[in-house]
Amino acid sequence: MSAVLDKTPPAHNAGGKPGVGSMSAPSVARVTRSTLAKDVRLEWRSKDAINSMLFFSLLVVVIFAFGFDPTAEESRRIAGGLFWMAVLFSTVVALNQTWARELRNQVLDAYRVSPASPASLFIAKAVGNFIFVATLEVLMVPLFVVFYNLRSLGPVWQLLLVAALSTWALVVNGTFFGAMSIRTRSREIMLPLILFPISIPALLTMVEATTQILTGESTPTFGIQLLLIYDIVFTTICLTLFSTILNAE
Amino acid sequence: MPAVALSDVVRHFGRFAALRGITADFAPGKLYVILGENGAGKSTLLRIVAGLLQPTRGTVRILGESEIRNAATRTGYMGHAPLLYDELDAMENLRYFAGLYGIQDDSRCRAAIERVALDPGLTRRVGQYSQGMRQRISLARAILHDPELLLLDEPFSNVDVTSAREMARLLGGMRDQGKTVFVVTHQAAVMEPVADECVVITSGRLAARECGIPLHLMAPYAAQEPVR
Repeated sequence: MSAVLDKTPPAHNAGGKPGVGSMSAPSVARVTRSTLAKDVRLEWRSKDAINSMLFFSLLVVVIFAFGFDPTAEESRRIAGGLFWMAVLFSTVVALNQTWARELRNQVLDAYRVSPASPASLFIAKAVGNFIFVATLEVLMVPLFVVFYNLRSLGPVWQLLLVAALSTWALVVNGTFFGAMSIRTRSREIMLPLILFPISIPALLTMVEATTQILTGESTPTFGIQLLLIYDIVFTTICLTLFSTILNAE
Repeated sequence: MPAVALSDVVRHFGRFAALRGITADFAPGKLYVILGENGAGKSTLLRIVAGLLQPTRGTVRILGESEIRNAATRTGYMGHAPLLYDELDAMENLRYFAGLYGIQDDSRCRAAIERVALDPGLTRRVGQYSQGMRQRISLARAILHDPELLLLDEPFSNVDVTSAREMARLLGGMRDQGKTVFVVTHQAAVMEPVADECVVITSGRLAARECGIPLHLMAPYAAQEPVR
């Protein structure tokens, strides 16, 4: 063993000169990609978030289906609200997991002492959460079709657009407030307490827009615009403030 | 230019004063061993130097930079916890952390793992490693970007005595190559052969600085956390 430990450092810094050798500054895009890949790999191996989210949303869908036993017409009116409520509550589970795994072994400290940009971490976490929640939504669709006999009367592309904008609205704030609450004593309670009130405008809009598309009564142009503005505003705010949150004590 | 310059560094946690005005310069290219009782403020000092904590008062300059983040590429930190993902294996962990320093070369990760006497081919996840192996991988993570300044917080916890001595020798080798190394430890005896200077912190104050590790300082701190 000692022979191995006595090895001289790799050739990049030969001569023992202090410095970083061939090391270059990490690019935001590259760190974002590697952090995202790492998060997806961790989730694939542990399945902490996706299993809890799936189980929780399945419970919500099944309980409501048996509780109300709605007709196809009633389903179209309530499905938007029900779907997004299930997604919102399930999202909190994923958001808590996102940061919980950074706290185990204090891995977040390793990121904080590195020269990598805090923005990379935030974007990777938000995109990762978007992927997890979008996966959940895709898996929930057949459940809604089966339990609520649901068919959309409006165009599907609008539904997809609303789903994408709404999901981003939930995860961008959730990722930010999840990071904010990691140092609080009861962070699993704190996250919904902060996230839900701030998500109300987006939640009302996404429910309204989804219902409009499902019932085919009108085009949710205003809702889509509102969600787009909400996403841009909160993404900008979260990105701007994330460095402060990450380094807060 | 000192590698680390502290000027009246004070750190409070609520009403508790963890550091009570530490002023000191540390020359580059030396290996410093920081000794002190539990709660003396050693880890707090190291975390401030690493930029993980802000001092309540006072200034810190690292490698000539007053903004610690500007020295991040030249600083390595090994914390009390392993700072590794349990669900990834050693190479996956190091590959990820190397990316944070702009290193895309796998051979650097493999070399770092080999330097701490582990096999880069190990496919077991870090969560299944023994505590000692995790400590060594953690050291590999801290040195993989070949930092000028290395900050180690209790690197020998749960490491067997032979491995601890080998790790100490590795740190001595890094010092010989011009790096500045700070080691917070209770196992002063392990560091004795390679230490240039020991710094004793008592109740948040810098109580003493001595060349090497004198015998009278080794005994009180050696007993607190025995090497397994």
